[in-house]
Amino acid sequence: MTKILEVKDLELSFHTFAGEVKAIRGVNFDLHKGETLAIVGESGSGKSVTTKSIMRLLPESSAEYKNGEILFEGKDLTKIPEKNMQKIRGKDISMIFQDPMTSLNPTMTIGRQIMEPILKHQKLNKSEARKKTIELLNLVGIPNAENRYKMYPHQFSGGQRQRIVIAIALACNPKILIADEPTTALDVTIQAQILELMKDIQKKTDTSIIFITHDLGVVANVADRVAVMYGGRIVEIGTVDEIFYNPQHPYTWGLLSSMPSMDLEDQKLYAIPGTPPDLLNPPKGDAFALRSEYAMRIDMERRAPFFKVSETHYAATWLLHPQAPQVEPPALVIERMKTFKGSRYYVDQTGGTV
Amino acid sequence: MVKYIGKRIVYMFITLILIATASFFLMQTLPGSPIASYNKLNDTQKAIVEKKYGIDKPKPVQYAIYMKNLAKGDLGTSFVFKGKSVNDLLAKRLKPSLILGAQAMVFGTIVGILLGMLAALKHNTFWDYGSTFLAILGISIPSFVFASLLQYWIASEWHLLPVGLWNDGWKSSVLPSLALAMGPLALSARFIRTEMIEVLNSDYIVLAKAKGANGFEIAFKHAFRNALIPLITVLGPLAAGLVTGSLVVEQIFAIPGIGEQFVSSIMTNDHATIMGTTLMFSAFLIVVIFIVDILYGVIDPRIRVSGGKG
Amino acid sequence: MRNENEQEKLTPEDFERVTIDAHHSERIEKPSLSFWQDAWLGLRKNKAAIVSMVVLLLVILMALIGPHLNGHAGDTQNLRHANLPPKIPGIEATGFFDGDGKLAGKKVDLYEMKKVDEYYWFGTDGLGRDLFTRLWEGTRVSLFIAFVAAAIDMVIGVAYGGISGYFGGRTDDIMQRIVEILIGIPTLIVVILMIMIMDPGITAIIVAITITGWIGMSRIVRAQTLKYKSQEFVLASRTLGAKDGKIITKHLLPNMLGIIIINTMFTIPNAIFFEAFLSFIGIGLQPPAASLGTLINDGYKVMENQPYVLLFPAIVISVLMIAFNLIGDGLRDALDPKMKD
Repeated sequence: MTKILEVKDLELSFHTFAGEVKAIRGVNFDLHKGETLAIVGESGSGKSVTTKSIMRLLPESSAEYKNGEILFEGKDLTKIPEKNMQKIRGKDISMIFQDPMTSLNPTMTIGRQIMEPILKHQKLNKSEARKKTIELLNLVGIPNAENRYKMYPHQFSGGQRQRIVIAIALACNPKILIADEPTTALDVTIQAQILELMKDIQKKTDTSIIFITHDLGVVANVADRVAVMYGGRIVEIGTVDEIFYNPQHPYTWGLLSSMPSMDLEDQKLYAIPGTPPDLLNPPKGDAFALRSEYAMRIDMERRAPFFKVSETHYAATWLLHPQAPQVEPPALVIERMKTFKGSRYYVDQTGGTV
Repeated sequence: MVKYIGKRIVYMFITLILIATASFFLMQTLPGSPIASYNKLNDTQKAIVEKKYGIDKPKPVQYAIYMKNLAKGDLGTSFVFKGKSVNDLLAKRLKPSLILGAQAMVFGTIVGILLGMLAALKHNTFWDYGSTFLAILGISIPSFVFASLLQYWIASEWHLLPVGLWNDGWKSSVLPSLALAMGPLALSARFIRTEMIEVLNSDYIVLAKAKGANGFEIAFKHAFRNALIPLITVLGPLAAGLVTGSLVVEQIFAIPGIGEQFVSSIMTNDHATIMGTTLMFSAFLIVVIFIVDILYGVIDPRIRVSGGKG
Repeated sequence: MRNENEQEKLTPEDFERVTIDAHHSERIEKPSLSFWQDAWLGLRKNKAAIVSMVVLLLVILMALIGPHLNGHAGDTQNLRHANLPPKIPGIEATGFFDGDGKLAGKKVDLYEMKKVDEYYWFGTDGLGRDLFTRLWEGTRVSLFIAFVAAAIDMVIGVAYGGISGYFGGRTDDIMQRIVEILIGIPTLIVVILMIMIMDPGITAIIVAITITGWIGMSRIVRAQTLKYKSQEFVLASRTLGAKDGKIITKHLLPNMLGIIIINTMFTIPNAIFFEAFLSFIGIGLQPPAASLGTLINDGYKVMENQPYVLLFPAIVISVLMIAFNLIGDGLRDALDPKMKD
């Protein structure tokens, strides 16, 4: 697997009237070619900011890259001039936004909006670009593309608009596609269609996708790997199976427990108590400790380093420290872990604990 | 859309008829009878006027005659100006007013839009504060104060431009146009700034940026049109402001325009001319508002199909 | 991923479990603020609005006490003291307000020439009336007209818009048709026609300004009423048996208060402008009554030779308009975050 993007120790702050908001506080991850990496976390955990910082779409007046680098094809995206960045945006890295109702320019035909990056980044003339645009519309499943090409966004439904936004993102065959909660604002049935479309396109084009969501159901459906973010940091990262069936961080446990499940109808839905940390004054140690029933004294003092669980699975929790006491994850999580080979609760078919 | 336009035109006529009716009867109650001026006419003129306007007949009949003449486009006869028809009177004065209005409108809105865009693109910088301050001044300082000051400094003290009158070519129009332009300038600068800031924060601008568009393309290709469209909605108040301004500005610079005529006919109790001017101003403003509404439907694709709410 | 299994001295105590009451983190830390406190907090950050409020208070104070400050009455005519330029004791040495004026193009001390010992702070007009006193008397009249007109606009507008919006149906239909026609009539025309048929004076001006002035307020209030009327909290209150009166006073009005205040703040400068406008073109207040408009009109006539007659009322009216507009802007930002930039 070749790494296409590397984010190293990224720290980013917003300067607001209230003070410095430390929105990202040391984020590390890699993106491999052709994979889908899901970033999950609740609102305000920094997942959107992380991806916007990769594309440098944050307001320059208030956002400041404090530390770290974002390596793409040997270049550090935090340092290159804006002019060069404009050549990367829409061509090598493109983005799909959350709300298709507001992310299209209402006074421009969708054809022009799709053509814009094509004309900008590729050496095509108008009629070639037009042909490409119609191809793209067909690819994302807009019927009757030749005629609808000249229409304005308000003449399309929400799901169709999101397809158009996807067409814009795909216009120049990007190497990385960032999808910022692309299905959140859509109906459930439309959600499934859009997810299918994205999976389909990935198969055809071998694009790497960073998929941001707070919906774990969606994650299970699309992701190869999952990064769990909390309080401006990644707290656990691993393959989708590792995160779902052998989670290590108490926050991941909380997330998984709060996911509604068909099998456990009679059980009350779990809710993580408390609210996300105030990033104006982030807590000293583990940001989640204040809401965690597994908190230890050290969690209050020092942030946990990443402990290796497997080659692909890391988690930042002191619980993995050799000196830490063994704790019982929530019952629901234990149920999940029982099915994962390599977890300490694994029950094989014969019924014995490994 | 056609139904909507039809309905609006009907409303326009109702409004105009109402204004004509109201002004006709209000004129009758005015202190200072038109007879005083009427007596200035010579006998033949009197005979013509009497026949045409039924001065000796009862009020309802006079009203009917007035409305009938109005329907034919005849605004009546000025008694003060020796039986001249109001149509001729106003037609002669239309040109200076139109020139001043057009110059003020074009100059004011263009400079205003540029200032507003500058303020929005350089949000929270010196440029923003500077142009916002200018806009506040423009909105706050009454046009007659501004016009007086311009006349005092630039014309009387420094002799750069004529003090007034309409006899020195384009030079005569500079100061009055400038005085009139302050309103549109300030209004559009303020409006464009607010709209532009909002548009620049919208999702589709972030998407345009994500496509690789540069600052210029974002400002002009994507943001400008969207910020400009709502400006159409203030064109109505803007035109009204221009008319109001023209009354005093033409007065101050002694421009022989409609506004100056209106004020002087109020002073001389020239009823026919007051009514004629009133109707002309009203018709102008009503038509502007009508055009604005239609234009809004044409330009913004979001409301183009639905054609606005009836 | 870096594996930082740093083997430092971590004592067993470090790994002791601690229990935290999660509800602590949900404690609401900010004190709850009333509508006015919240608005004040927002407004306080707006320096321009605060400065404007101070300036406005000063102008109002001067309008109240100014006419009594220098011992000259505003209507005393003294032709011997006519056309004197401003002269203020104490700062006359600086070269400003030193009583120098133009006479036949030359600069001379007119006070010395006319043997006047008194000081006229802002000078005198052609009839020898003290302009300082007249300025503040005029300001008082202008402010009075503006406040009364704005208050009437507010009352009629809120009542009309509220009734139209709240009762809806046929009532709303009829009331809105009337408004649609009225709004088509240009304000200027109505104002001028109204003022022409009434005896000139303060009442005439107020009536002329308010006759269509309330329409803007009524439309805003109607839109707001329609918006809030259909919201769940009103529905809930109605379900619980609240009567119309209670819904209007307890639920609708408090929610609309902000926007009503903002709109009123913008009608005040508008009324000041219209009064001055009417007086300037000569159909407003009639002499010898003073208002900012008549003073500017007087000043304009003698602008060539006695520019100070125009200057002071021009400054006061501009300052008033700027102050009201800035306060209006500030209130809009503070009270109605939706309308913010």
